[in-house]
Amino acid sequence: MNKYTKSIFEYNNGQVGYDLQNNKIDYDVQRIINNQKREKELTLPSASELEVIRHYTNLSQKNFGVESGFYPLGSCTMKYNPKINELVSSFENFATSHPLLNEKYNQGSLKIYYDVCNLLCNITGMKAFSLNPYAGAHGELVGLMLIKQYHMNKKDYKRNKIIIPDSAHGTNPASASVCGFDTIKITSNEDGRINLDSLKKALNDEIAGIMLTNPNTMGMFEKDILEISKLVHQAGGLLYYDGANLNALLGKVKPADMGFDVMHINIHKTFSTPHGGGGPGSGPVGVNDKLVDLLPDPKVSFDGKKYHAIENSKKSIGRISTFYGNFAVNIKAYAYILSLGQEYLGSVANMAVLNANYIKESLKDYYDLVINEACKHEVVFNGLKTNPNNIKTLDISKKLLDYGYHAPTIYFPLIIEQALMIEPTETESKATLDEFISVMIRIAKEAIDNPDLLLNAPQNTYIKRIDEVSAARHPILKYKDIKDAKG
Amino acid sequence: MGKNMQNLKFSKTHEWIEVDGDYALIGISDYAQHHLGEVVFVDLPNIGDVFQKDEEFGAVESVKAASDLMLPVAGEIIEINEKLNDEPNLLNSSCYDNYIVKIKIIDINEIKDLMNDGEYEQYCKKEK
Amino acid sequence: MHKYLPQTNKDIEEMLNRIGVKNVQQLFLDVPKEIIDKDKIDIPSHKSEQEIYSYFKDIASKNIPLKIFAGGGAYDHYTPSAIYAITSRQEFLTSYTPYQAEISQGTLQYIFEYQSMICELTGLDVANASLYDGATSASEAMFIATSQAKKNVFAVSMGVNPRITQVIKTYAKFRNIEVEMIPLKNGRTSLEEFSKINDGRLAGVLTQTPNYYGLIEDSSEINKLIHEKNGYAISYVNPLTLGLLKTPSEMAADIAVGDGQPLGIPLNFGGPYIGFMAAKTSLLRKMPGRIVGMSKDSEGKNCYVLTLQAREQHIRREKAVSNICSNQSLMALWVTIYLSLLGKNGLEEVGKLNIANSHYLYELLLKTKKFVKVYDDNFFNEFVVRPLVKISSIEKILAKNGMSSGIVVDGKNLMFAVTEKRTKEEIEKFANLLGGLDYE
Repeated sequence: MNKYTKSIFEYNNGQVGYDLQNNKIDYDVQRIINNQKREKELTLPSASELEVIRHYTNLSQKNFGVESGFYPLGSCTMKYNPKINELVSSFENFATSHPLLNEKYNQGSLKIYYDVCNLLCNITGMKAFSLNPYAGAHGELVGLMLIKQYHMNKKDYKRNKIIIPDSAHGTNPASASVCGFDTIKITSNEDGRINLDSLKKALNDEIAGIMLTNPNTMGMFEKDILEISKLVHQAGGLLYYDGANLNALLGKVKPADMGFDVMHINIHKTFSTPHGGGGPGSGPVGVNDKLVDLLPDPKVSFDGKKYHAIENSKKSIGRISTFYGNFAVNIKAYAYILSLGQEYLGSVANMAVLNANYIKESLKDYYDLVINEACKHEVVFNGLKTNPNNIKTLDISKKLLDYGYHAPTIYFPLIIEQALMIEPTETESKATLDEFISVMIRIAKEAIDNPDLLLNAPQNTYIKRIDEVSAARHPILKYKDIKDAKG
Repeated sequence: MGKNMQNLKFSKTHEWIEVDGDYALIGISDYAQHHLGEVVFVDLPNIGDVFQKDEEFGAVESVKAASDLMLPVAGEIIEINEKLNDEPNLLNSSCYDNYIVKIKIIDINEIKDLMNDGEYEQYCKKEK
Repeated sequence: MHKYLPQTNKDIEEMLNRIGVKNVQQLFLDVPKEIIDKDKIDIPSHKSEQEIYSYFKDIASKNIPLKIFAGGGAYDHYTPSAIYAITSRQEFLTSYTPYQAEISQGTLQYIFEYQSMICELTGLDVANASLYDGATSASEAMFIATSQAKKNVFAVSMGVNPRITQVIKTYAKFRNIEVEMIPLKNGRTSLEEFSKINDGRLAGVLTQTPNYYGLIEDSSEINKLIHEKNGYAISYVNPLTLGLLKTPSEMAADIAVGDGQPLGIPLNFGGPYIGFMAAKTSLLRKMPGRIVGMSKDSEGKNCYVLTLQAREQHIRREKAVSNICSNQSLMALWVTIYLSLLGKNGLEEVGKLNIANSHYLYELLLKTKKFVKVYDDNFFNEFVVRPLVKISSIEKILAKNGMSSGIVVDGKNLMFAVTEKRTKEEIEKFANLLGGLDYE
């Protein structure tokens, strides 16, 4: 394991890592600078190109990527990130495309935007898409803005509440808040699905809509979805689809057919674009007829010959991004869709669900299966089945690190106390799954026979368990803070 | 602990209140601190702020959780426990000896809605 | 089977066996029959890798590559090659958010270094791990101001990029925040006009430097005034200028926001870029987004970890400071490497090259007598001129010679940006071509 410990700021001996083109123009730049000169000291590294590359290469070796090993993170869809996507999205003509030039110079970029919107429409059944939201949570916010505007346009000002199940991802209620909505929580049944009575009780003329993930965060398909959608529509609300779990239904079920009016897609989940250590992602928003005119600017249209950039459209909610969103990310999604094509797109969900159920069956004797039913693309366990030593999910996840695996998602959804959520995705082979299963079984046995191995985990990583309490109590958030702390 | 538990009343949201004439001290119970885990930060209100009964007057943060603080009875903040800025963990080590705010009570009648020590213990057992 | 779908028929059979079902459809029995596997999805037939390559090459050819002389919030700067090499490493590119700190020290450390550099550049105390772009960062800063000041009116200078202002207005609308625009005087925020509206109703004020017209603005006076009325001063700034020009902290800003795109991020038709935010310590717990802190592990070794998560959506849910989850992490790495390569001296040098190149073109254009001054020459790398020749002719002749025109502003003016990427030859040719046009 990499034991490199230097900070980039330790490189400060005056080395040079840049070589800028200098036109040697004789201009008194100092006069301009002096109008508003920086007086405050500036500390940045000074390193040679090799030193910089070594530093970050060493840092990378302390990380775990999808190509390092299996990444069973529930709810994240850590599928393989195809390299052809990286190649085509970085073509020079895309990288050098300036978003504000006259559209005649950007017909390629505009075509990509238009085509991806169309493809997503055909895959989801929605009537129109915007690729401008930068991430899933951003897409949620935009979707909620569309819902709010819809009701405001109908002068239905009372509708300021959004219904959200208690199993929802944290971004759902947070997005509702950012949009100025109040949240009404509804409860789930024992099988993890929405309690219809709880829903009926919550519906009234103050409800703007409901946010749902389907399958839900327990990996269960909301089989009453058609009934749910009828109830909400009857009450005058709209349905929002959180597309985080779309991988379970890709090519098999269209959110529009389930009754959803608006949705977002996590391109970096379902459509294979890399997670980047926390972004950039992309969260396109799709809508049906009710909301098409309200989509954010800028938009792209096609007249049969040329693509057009549309700004300041009349009924739009306005801009939610400076330009066209994380465009380079969306090119990758386009390439991915074509790589699978009509022939293989439907197999994604089939294989994702098959893999998850295989893991479920293989581990249910050792881990406490919350819902004893066929799951979809992910399975949730409530910690160990036999647990004499009170081993927590945290301990299990840390022990997995010792075996060279990235831990699954833990403590989510919140309604399961010792939640352990596993999503293998369709890009993992049976051999990989079998190895993972045998390790998980071994850990379950260690939890009974040798609990210290788990309680002291991780042991094989260079960094052991981290003191998160002092990090929060006495925050050291930048390099200068370290020097100050040392006194 | 130095506090006489019989003098304390408790709210359903796990705050304790110790009344002294027109004033009262407010803190969080052992059940609350235990559930939160190690407290890393206490978000205190300003002196002079006025809150209604059950209104949020601050928050307590641990690494993995954050909990709003509700005022058990309506009151005006007249003192805040500044020690908690540097030592938020005092709420873990001695939650009954470390108050969070001192208030001037607005309506003393609101006290009767609160639980005494024994009732609160029963309440906590049911919550579990 | 497909190269992204590794299950063989034998695998599938064995797995179905263990699960105890005959086929995969049996795992979807809870889906209403009328909505599953309805018809074939209307997308093209699958393409082989070679076909995909040609397909996108073909689309790319529909973009006309031009030497860029336009800005307006997206600038054509040089990307050092080392950045491509490092950011394409799979450990950075494909990894997940660093929630499992023990195996994410690489990501956590670069974010910590990024935060440190943003604080150094802006002069402020704390920075987060990044937000989506400059416009959404400015909107989040507006939310901090309105919730902290407990007022719902927010002032925005007309010198702020209008596209950014549009985003701010959209965000404001849904939170019942009223946005008041501050007029300009000679292209910069009017102190007089600001004073008129600074009557205590304002939660905060946002100014931009260099502003939309390229002019460098010192917001020290305005920021002093808003503070007198208990409001927050927010500075939107181009980070590439901060090696040379006054920092937000020196202008008494409480929060600095902006887009890191000028720090070597390619144009990419508008994204991904990166929003940054830095603020005074007192606002630390009100900042949206992830934050990385330093700590020790159980053996006393220094390490990094996501901290102060109690503000975030996965813990606070509807009470979270913001809803942000994924941000622009890889782009934070991108700009951190850029700043590591350039360092203080490089940043000063690239700033000076931008000033020199842009002023050179400015003077050449004025000399042609086909353009008239609009504002003063206190700008960084972007300026406005009024053309006395037809704007369409300008665009046409430049395109014919492989160069872009600028951005039309206020109906009749043109705004050009000249970065360190433009060569002397390009600049001189640009001026010559336009000088040769006939008066309108």
